[in-house]
Amino acid sequence: MKEWRFIMAEHRGTLLAFTLFIAMFVIYVSNHPAGFTPNVVQTAANKGVILALVAMAQAFVVLTAGIDLSVGMIFVLCNCVGSYVLGGAPGQVGLGVCAVLATGLACGALNGLIVIYGRLQPIVTTIATGAIFFGIALWLRPYPGTIPDFAADLADTFTGKVFGVVPASLVFLAAVVLLIWVPVRRSVIGRTIYAVGSSEMAAYMSGMPVRRARFTAFVLGGLMAAFGGLFLTFFTYSGEASLANGDNYTLFSIASVVLGGVSLYGGRGSAIGAIFGALAFRAIGDLLFVFDLDPLWQPLFQGLVLGLAVTFGAARLFQIRNRLEMFT
Amino acid sequence: MTNDAQPSSRPPLHMRINLPIVIAFACIILLLLIGSLYSKSFLSPEYLLQQLKVASFLGVIATGMMLIILLGQIDLSVPWVLTTGAMMASAATAYGPLGEALAVPFGIACGVAMGLVSGAGVAYLRIPAMIVTLAINVIAQGLMVAYTGGFSPADTASDAMRYLATGNLILGVPNAILVWAAIGALAVFALNRTTFGRAVYAIGNRESAAFLSGAATQRVVMFSFAISGGLAAFGGVLLAGYAGKAAQSMGDAYLLPAIASVVLGGTSILGGRGNYLGTVAGVILVTLLQSILSVMQISEYGRQIIYGAVIVSMLLLYGREKALR
Repeated sequence: MKEWRFIMAEHRGTLLAFTLFIAMFVIYVSNHPAGFTPNVVQTAANKGVILALVAMAQAFVVLTAGIDLSVGMIFVLCNCVGSYVLGGAPGQVGLGVCAVLATGLACGALNGLIVIYGRLQPIVTTIATGAIFFGIALWLRPYPGTIPDFAADLADTFTGKVFGVVPASLVFLAAVVLLIWVPVRRSVIGRTIYAVGSSEMAAYMSGMPVRRARFTAFVLGGLMAAFGGLFLTFFTYSGEASLANGDNYTLFSIASVVLGGVSLYGGRGSAIGAIFGALAFRAIGDLLFVFDLDPLWQPLFQGLVLGLAVTFGAARLFQIRNRLEMFT
Repeated sequence: MTNDAQPSSRPPLHMRINLPIVIAFACIILLLLIGSLYSKSFLSPEYLLQQLKVASFLGVIATGMMLIILLGQIDLSVPWVLTTGAMMASAATAYGPLGEALAVPFGIACGVAMGLVSGAGVAYLRIPAMIVTLAINVIAQGLMVAYTGGFSPADTASDAMRYLATGNLILGVPNAILVWAAIGALAVFALNRTTFGRAVYAIGNRESAAFLSGAATQRVVMFSFAISGGLAAFGGVLLAGYAGKAAQSMGDAYLLPAIASVVLGGTSILGGRGNYLGTVAGVILVTLLQSILSVMQISEYGRQIIYGAVIVSMLLLYGREKALR
């Protein structure tokens, strides 16, 4: 067997997501009244990167055949924390960024502890912890707001353009991929994350660090959601404990992961696919605006896109050779 | 359920006692005691009846959720299917006397239709229930937002809906409780005495085994989702009757409680094991918890935190899976 076929098979979902994104983005830009200018790309990138980070968070957990229905709430909580700590002198801001990331790590670790060491189902656990995280966010920010000396300069740096052309948020996203995703993917833990998703029993029998890998997946998920929350704070200059925001981001992260070719049964796909899934999802959502449709139709449109993406999951049916295989 | 005339092969008493149900009922009593320390009126019949009435809305919804969880699936489309039922029933009321007569069935039918779609996705397209129902939830939301223009609709609930939710048929017993009792009795009968119910438990344990035993597993799964959708919509119809009209996002507050009451009642989230009595206990438990938290005037954030923490800790008490060996 030639090796490239295996590589193709491994990355098929990612490549499909990439193609979908390019197609959607070309349609979007070619119909945009301003055309393909750095400003259009910058706005699109800022919105896309926030979702891409949350989608990466979801991808880590989904790869282990779990699900994290609290990512949106971790994201909202980090946004609210960020609106308190990202201000003052440069040193304080630095500490603030660390505090936001620590919040995300702690939320992820709590999920991981309960799911792995408490041996509860991820769905129920993360719905319940999501309520807790949202409660804390609501306690921090009963009304949307920010601190007076918000570090707007730093925020503008991250949401602006590098050399006046490349959106800084995309550079940041690339850095996250290179510094976190690639090293993790190549480590023993990363391999175990995939192995657990394919077959937890086989991974356990092979002596892989099953528990540590699942725990790491939840913790890294929390970290990614925190990056997303940080970016939302940079983007809006404020924090808001919005239930709709939390629910939507959870939902969109799942949609992005599915569009990005990550199997919900675990063990297949990559966080990079999830990123392109997220960018494609955003581009599709924005198509409504360039075609001047009533924004009232946006929820229905997004729902139909999600439904369509979900039905691709049925493609597996064409591969089964025996009706019994359907039930596994 | 009532008079099991089974042969002498019945297991001894200590094996028949269901630990989660016992714990759930113990927690209910504990909550009532805590509540009575806080306020004297907590143990009065009026208050308890009022709580049962509020619980019956959740009870109707949780019945559908239990069916799905018994199958080893989950239904995350409750919030907007519920809202769809409420809004469509109210909308039908506006169409003259015929519409008013058909308001309740029409609302339920909308929920059944949405349940059928997600059921077909789960049963025949083999897509995980979690994402199918999430997608249906968004689509229902999109339809309702497009229909109402993003505002709460002006239509009000029909008299029949109000009567079902707030009337009293028998001396002081609210109709809502009777509705829940009827649906509960039907659920117990269907789960324990029909092939459909047996198939539900069998599929929850191992679908391939149920399929090989000749059960029409795909049809059962699809219809279960239809029933769940119908019950969620019916819950919405009742809630609209209770409040007088439907509202945007009225269903958001019912997803977590519905799942929580089923799971706290000892139904395994993996499917195949569970008892309707447990769900009844879970529904009452969740309702009492909510009520106590609001009586104690804990603000919204505190309620969310306590609520999540209670669910996690109760699950840690008895909802744990076996360790991997």
